[in-house]
Amino acid sequence: MAISWYLAVSALIFCIGAAGVLTRRNPLVILLCLELMLNAANLALIAFSRMWGGEDGQVFALIVMVVAACEVTVGLGLIVAIYRRQLPIDVDELSELQG
Amino acid sequence: MSAVLFFIAAIGALGGAIAVVTVRNPFYSVLALVVHLVMLAALFLLLHAEFVAAAQVIVYAGAVMVLYVFVVAYVGNVEELAGGSALRILGPLLALCLAIVLCTAMLGSGLKGIKGKGAPYVLGFGTPRHIGTLLLTKYLLPFELASILLLVAAVGAVVLARRRRGLEPDEALQQRISVPRPAYTGTMAEAAGARVDRETVPLPQNEPQPVASGAKTPYEGGW
Repeated sequence: MAISWYLAVSALIFCIGAAGVLTRRNPLVILLCLELMLNAANLALIAFSRMWGGEDGQVFALIVMVVAACEVTVGLGLIVAIYRRQLPIDVDELSELQG
Repeated sequence: MSAVLFFIAAIGALGGAIAVVTVRNPFYSVLALVVHLVMLAALFLLLHAEFVAAAQVIVYAGAVMVLYVFVVAYVGNVEELAGGSALRILGPLLALCLAIVLCTAMLGSGLKGIKGKGAPYVLGFGTPRHIGTLLLTKYLLPFELASILLLVAAVGAVVLARRRRGLEPDEALQQRISVPRPAYTGTMAEAAGARVDRETVPLPQNEPQPVASGAKTPYEGGW
Protein backbone atom coordinates (compact mmCIF):
# COMPACT_ATOMS: atom_id res chain seq x y z
CA MET A 1 0.00 0.00 0.00
CA ALA A 2 1.15 3.51 -0.71
CA ILE A 3 2.27 5.61 2.23
CA SER A 4 -0.52 8.10 1.61
CA TRP A 5 -3.14 5.54 2.67
CA TYR A 6 -1.49 5.16 6.05
CA LEU A 7 -1.41 8.92 6.38
CA ALA A 8 -5.12 9.12 5.54
CA VAL A 9 -5.94 6.55 8.23
CA SER A 10 -3.80 8.52 10.66
CA ALA A 11 -5.65 11.74 9.78
CA LEU A 12 -9.04 10.06 10.27
CA ILE A 13 -8.06 8.65 13.66
CA PHE A 14 -6.79 12.07 14.70
CA CYS A 15 -10.08 13.70 13.72
CA ILE A 16 -12.13 11.09 15.57
CA GLY A 17 -10.01 11.73 18.66
CA ALA A 18 -10.42 15.49 18.30
CA ALA A 19 -14.19 15.12 18.00
CA GLY A 20 -14.21 13.01 21.14
CA VAL A 21 -12.18 15.55 23.12
CA LEU A 22 -14.59 18.30 22.05
CA THR A 23 -17.84 16.46 22.72
CA ARG A 24 -17.34 14.08 25.63
CA ARG A 25 -17.46 15.36 29.21
CA ASN A 26 -16.17 12.45 31.21
CA PRO A 27 -12.44 13.09 31.84
CA LEU A 28 -11.71 9.38 31.55
CA VAL A 29 -13.06 9.31 28.01
CA ILE A 30 -11.28 12.56 27.20
CA LEU A 31 -8.01 10.89 28.21
CA LEU A 32 -8.86 7.95 25.96
CA CYS A 33 -9.48 10.35 23.07
CA LEU A 34 -6.13 12.03 23.73
CA GLU A 35 -4.59 8.58 23.40
CA LEU A 36 -6.30 8.24 20.03
CA MET A 37 -4.77 11.50 18.83
CA LEU A 38 -1.30 10.54 20.04
CA ASN A 39 -1.62 7.17 18.34
CA ALA A 40 -2.58 8.86 15.09
CA ALA A 41 0.60 10.92 15.35
CA ASN A 42 2.53 7.71 16.01
CA LEU A 43 1.13 6.09 12.89
CA ALA A 44 2.14 9.10 10.80
CA LEU A 45 5.64 9.07 12.29
CA ILE A 46 6.10 5.40 11.53
CA ALA A 47 4.72 5.79 8.02
CA PHE A 48 7.24 8.55 7.33
CA SER A 49 10.00 6.44 8.85
CA ARG A 50 9.09 3.70 6.37
CA MET A 51 9.04 6.24 3.56
CA TRP A 52 12.58 7.41 4.27
CA GLY A 53 13.96 4.02 5.26
CA GLY A 54 15.37 5.28 8.56
CA GLU A 55 14.43 4.26 12.06
CA ASP A 56 14.41 7.77 13.52
CA GLY A 57 10.66 8.04 13.20
CA GLN A 58 10.22 4.84 15.18
CA VAL A 59 12.37 6.25 17.96
CA PHE A 60 10.15 9.35 17.98
CA ALA A 61 7.11 7.08 18.22
CA LEU A 62 8.60 5.28 21.21
CA ILE A 63 9.25 8.61 22.96
CA VAL A 64 5.68 9.66 22.21
CA MET A 65 4.49 6.43 23.83
CA VAL A 66 6.53 7.25 26.94
CA VAL A 67 5.03 10.74 27.13
CA ALA A 68 1.54 9.30 26.64
CA ALA A 69 2.10 6.85 29.49
CA CYS A 70 3.18 9.75 31.76
CA GLU A 71 0.14 11.78 30.76
CA VAL A 72 -2.15 8.85 31.50
CA THR A 73 -0.58 8.30 34.91
CA VAL A 74 -0.95 11.90 36.02
CA GLY A 75 -4.42 12.23 34.47
CA LEU A 76 -5.73 9.12 36.18
CA GLY A 77 -4.19 10.31 39.45
CA LEU A 78 -6.11 13.57 39.06
CA ILE A 79 -9.34 11.68 38.39
CA VAL A 80 -8.83 9.56 41.50
CA ALA A 81 -8.18 12.74 43.52
CA ILE A 82 -11.36 14.31 42.12
CA TYR A 83 -13.31 11.19 43.05
CA ARG A 84 -11.90 11.17 46.59
CA ARG A 85 -13.04 14.74 47.16
CA GLN A 86 -16.49 13.68 46.00
CA LEU A 87 -16.60 16.24 43.24
CA PRO A 88 -18.58 15.47 40.10
CA ILE A 89 -16.52 13.65 37.47
CA ASP A 90 -17.54 15.95 34.66
CA VAL A 91 -15.34 18.55 33.01
CA ASP A 92 -18.24 20.99 32.66
CA GLU A 93 -18.91 20.94 36.40
CA LEU A 94 -15.27 21.48 37.38
CA SER A 95 -15.27 25.17 36.54
CA GLU A 96 -13.81 26.61 39.71
CA LEU A 97 -10.86 28.08 37.83
CA GLN A 98 -13.27 29.74 35.38
CA GLY A 99 -11.87 27.69 32.54
CA MET B 1 -2.17 -9.81 0.54
CA SER B 2 -0.65 -6.74 2.12
CA ALA B 3 -3.53 -4.61 0.79
CA VAL B 4 -6.11 -6.95 2.31
CA LEU B 5 -4.32 -6.90 5.66
CA PHE B 6 -4.06 -3.12 5.47
CA PHE B 7 -7.78 -2.69 4.93
CA ILE B 8 -8.69 -5.14 7.70
CA ALA B 9 -6.37 -3.40 10.15
CA ALA B 10 -7.38 0.09 9.05
CA ILE B 11 -11.10 -0.64 9.34
CA GLY B 12 -10.51 -2.25 12.73
CA ALA B 13 -8.52 0.73 13.96
CA LEU B 14 -11.07 3.24 12.69
CA GLY B 15 -13.98 1.23 14.09
CA GLY B 16 -12.27 0.98 17.47
CA ALA B 17 -11.65 4.72 17.46
CA ILE B 18 -15.28 5.48 16.62
CA ALA B 19 -16.43 3.09 19.34
CA VAL B 20 -14.20 4.83 21.91
CA VAL B 21 -15.88 8.15 21.18
CA THR B 22 -19.49 7.00 20.80
CA VAL B 23 -19.97 4.30 23.44
CA ARG B 24 -21.55 5.78 26.57
CA ASN B 25 -20.11 3.38 29.14
CA PRO B 26 -16.44 4.27 29.88
CA PHE B 27 -15.60 0.61 30.48
CA TYR B 28 -16.58 -0.30 26.94
CA SER B 29 -14.63 2.71 25.70
CA VAL B 30 -11.50 1.26 27.28
CA LEU B 31 -12.13 -2.12 25.68
CA ALA B 32 -12.68 -0.46 22.30
CA LEU B 33 -9.37 1.35 22.72
CA VAL B 34 -7.65 -2.01 23.30
CA VAL B 35 -9.08 -3.26 19.97
CA HIS B 36 -7.92 -0.04 18.32
CA LEU B 37 -4.40 -0.40 19.72
CA VAL B 38 -4.03 -4.00 18.60
CA MET B 39 -5.20 -3.10 15.09
CA LEU B 40 -2.79 -0.17 15.06
CA ALA B 41 0.00 -2.58 16.01
CA ALA B 42 -0.94 -4.62 12.94
CA LEU B 43 -0.55 -1.48 10.83
CA PHE B 44 2.86 -0.90 12.42
CA LEU B 45 3.84 -4.44 11.45
CA LEU B 46 2.81 -3.76 7.86
CA LEU B 47 5.16 -0.75 7.97
CA HIS B 48 8.04 -3.00 9.13
CA ALA B 49 8.12 -1.49 12.63
CA GLU B 50 8.28 -4.77 14.54
CA PHE B 51 9.72 -3.42 17.77
CA VAL B 52 7.28 -0.55 18.03
CA ALA B 53 4.39 -2.91 17.32
CA ALA B 54 5.51 -5.25 20.10
CA ALA B 55 5.96 -2.32 22.49
CA GLN B 56 2.52 -1.05 21.53
CA VAL B 57 0.85 -4.35 22.37
CA ILE B 58 2.81 -5.02 25.56
CA VAL B 59 3.04 -1.53 27.05
CA TYR B 60 -0.10 0.13 25.74
CA ALA B 61 -2.66 -2.62 25.32
CA GLY B 62 -1.19 -4.48 28.28
CA ALA B 63 -0.06 -2.13 31.00
CA VAL B 64 -1.65 1.25 30.38
CA MET B 65 -5.05 -0.21 29.64
CA VAL B 66 -4.94 -2.22 32.88
CA LEU B 67 -4.40 1.10 34.66
CA TYR B 68 -7.46 2.51 32.90
CA VAL B 69 -9.57 -0.52 33.77
CA PHE B 70 -8.57 -0.19 37.42
CA VAL B 71 -9.52 3.47 37.57
CA VAL B 72 -12.83 2.88 35.76
CA ALA B 73 -13.61 0.10 38.21
CA TYR B 74 -12.65 2.33 41.14
CA VAL B 75 -14.48 5.45 40.08
CA GLY B 76 -17.44 3.54 38.72
CA ASN B 77 -19.27 3.95 35.51
CA VAL B 78 -20.26 7.58 35.35
CA GLU B 79 -23.10 7.97 32.93
CA GLU B 80 -22.97 11.24 31.10
CA LEU B 81 -26.01 13.41 31.12
CA ALA B 82 -27.06 14.65 27.74
CA GLY B 83 -26.28 18.33 27.78
CA GLY B 84 -27.37 20.92 25.28
CA SER B 85 -23.89 22.32 24.77
CA ALA B 86 -23.10 24.00 21.50
CA LEU B 87 -19.85 22.04 21.31
CA ARG B 88 -21.89 18.87 21.02
CA ILE B 89 -22.87 19.85 17.49
CA LEU B 90 -19.89 22.02 16.58
CA GLY B 91 -17.27 19.48 17.70
CA PRO B 92 -18.10 16.69 15.25
CA LEU B 93 -18.65 19.25 12.52
CA LEU B 94 -15.20 20.73 13.08
CA ALA B 95 -13.65 17.25 13.13
CA LEU B 96 -15.43 16.33 9.90
CA CYS B 97 -14.11 19.45 8.17
CA LEU B 98 -10.61 18.70 9.44
CA ALA B 99 -10.88 15.10 8.23
CA ILE B 100 -11.99 16.17 4.76
CA VAL B 101 -9.17 18.69 4.46
CA LEU B 102 -6.50 16.28 5.72
CA CYS B 103 -7.66 13.36 3.59
CA THR B 104 -7.78 15.55 0.51
CA ALA B 105 -4.27 16.71 1.27
CA MET B 106 -2.99 13.16 1.81
CA LEU B 107 -4.71 11.29 -1.00
CA GLY B 108 -4.89 14.05 -3.59
CA SER B 109 -1.51 15.67 -3.21
CA GLY B 110 1.01 15.68 -6.01
CA LEU B 111 3.90 14.74 -3.73
CA LYS B 112 5.72 11.76 -5.18
CA GLY B 113 7.20 10.57 -1.90
CA ILE B 114 3.95 9.54 -0.27
CA LYS B 115 2.63 7.92 -3.41
CA GLY B 116 5.26 5.19 -3.40
CA LYS B 117 5.70 2.24 -1.09
CA GLY B 118 8.62 3.83 0.66
CA ALA B 119 12.32 3.15 0.66
CA PRO B 120 13.51 -0.34 -0.35
CA TYR B 121 13.40 -2.75 2.57
CA VAL B 122 16.76 -3.62 4.07
CA LEU B 123 17.14 -6.62 6.34
CA GLY B 124 16.89 -5.71 9.99
CA PHE B 125 14.86 -2.55 9.53
CA GLY B 126 12.88 -1.80 12.68
CA THR B 127 14.41 -4.55 14.79
CA PRO B 128 15.28 -3.96 18.47
CA ARG B 129 18.96 -3.99 17.54
CA HIS B 130 18.68 -0.97 15.26
CA ILE B 131 16.28 0.90 17.55
CA GLY B 132 18.50 0.24 20.56
CA THR B 133 21.59 1.44 18.74
CA LEU B 134 19.81 4.65 17.80
CA LEU B 135 18.45 5.16 21.31
CA LEU B 136 21.86 4.78 22.93
CA THR B 137 23.86 6.80 20.42
CA LYS B 138 22.03 9.46 18.46
CA TYR B 139 19.04 9.86 20.78
CA LEU B 140 20.71 9.29 24.13
CA LEU B 141 19.54 12.60 25.61
CA PRO B 142 15.84 12.10 24.79
CA PHE B 143 16.13 8.56 26.13
CA GLU B 144 17.46 9.75 29.47
CA LEU B 145 14.95 12.59 29.62
CA ALA B 146 12.18 10.06 29.04
CA SER B 147 13.33 8.03 32.02
CA ILE B 148 13.34 11.15 34.22
CA LEU B 149 9.89 12.06 32.92
CA LEU B 150 8.59 8.60 33.84
CA LEU B 151 10.00 8.94 37.34
CA VAL B 152 8.44 12.38 37.80
CA ALA B 153 5.09 11.10 36.54
CA ALA B 154 5.16 8.12 38.89
CA VAL B 155 5.93 10.31 41.90
CA GLY B 156 3.33 12.83 40.81
CA ALA B 157 0.63 10.21 40.46
CA VAL B 158 1.36 8.86 43.94
CA VAL B 159 1.23 12.37 45.42
CA LEU B 160 -2.01 13.19 43.61
CA ALA B 161 -3.88 10.02 44.42
CA ARG B 162 -2.68 9.37 47.95
CA ARG B 163 -4.99 9.38 50.94
CA ARG B 164 -4.80 12.81 52.52
CA ARG B 165 -4.84 13.07 56.28
CA GLY B 166 -7.87 14.79 57.73
CA LEU B 167 -9.92 14.42 54.61
CA GLU B 168 -11.41 11.13 55.62
CA PRO B 169 -10.92 9.46 59.04
CA ASP B 170 -9.47 6.00 58.75
CA GLU B 171 -11.38 3.99 61.35
CA ALA B 172 -9.95 0.65 60.34
CA LEU B 173 -6.38 1.80 60.94
CA GLN B 174 -7.27 3.34 64.32
CA GLN B 175 -8.93 0.15 65.42
CA ARG B 176 -5.98 -1.92 64.36
CA ILE B 177 -3.59 0.29 66.34
CA SER B 178 -5.68 0.29 69.51
CA VAL B 179 -5.91 -3.50 69.85
CA PRO B 180 -4.16 -4.59 73.09
CA ARG B 181 -1.09 -6.69 72.56
CA PRO B 182 0.21 -9.64 74.60
CA ALA B 183 3.22 -9.21 76.80
CA TYR B 184 6.77 -9.59 75.50
CA THR B 185 5.81 -8.16 72.18
CA GLY B 186 6.59 -4.70 70.97
CA THR B 187 8.97 -2.66 68.98
CA MET B 188 12.63 -2.08 69.67
CA ALA B 189 11.95 1.60 70.27
CA GLU B 190 9.62 0.72 73.13
CA ALA B 191 12.13 -1.70 74.63
CA ALA B 192 14.82 0.96 74.67
CA GLY B 193 12.45 3.44 76.27
CA ALA B 194 12.55 5.81 73.34
CA ARG B 195 8.82 5.46 72.92
CA VAL B 196 6.18 5.07 75.60
CA ASP B 197 5.06 1.50 75.91
CA ARG B 198 1.38 1.03 75.32
CA GLU B 199 -0.78 -0.97 77.64
CA THR B 200 0.07 -4.62 77.38
CA VAL B 201 -1.93 -7.66 78.41
CA PRO B 202 -0.23 -9.86 81.01
CA LEU B 203 0.66 -13.34 79.92
CA PRO B 204 -1.62 -16.18 80.96
CA GLN B 205 -0.19 -18.06 83.95
CA ASN B 206 -0.14 -21.47 82.35
CA GLU B 207 2.11 -20.31 79.58
CA PRO B 208 5.73 -21.38 80.04
CA GLN B 209 7.84 -18.55 81.38
CA PRO B 210 11.06 -17.65 79.65
CA VAL B 211 14.00 -19.78 80.74
CA ALA B 212 16.06 -18.22 83.52
CA SER B 213 19.77 -17.60 83.14
CA GLY B 214 22.08 -20.51 83.66
CA ALA B 215 20.25 -22.94 81.45
CA LYS B 216 22.33 -24.20 78.60
CA THR B 217 20.13 -23.43 75.73
CA PRO B 218 21.32 -23.12 72.21
CA TYR B 219 19.61 -19.73 72.05
CA GLU B 220 21.86 -18.18 74.66
CA GLY B 221 23.21 -14.85 73.73
CA GLY B 222 20.84 -14.44 70.87
CA TRP B 223 17.94 -12.24 71.82
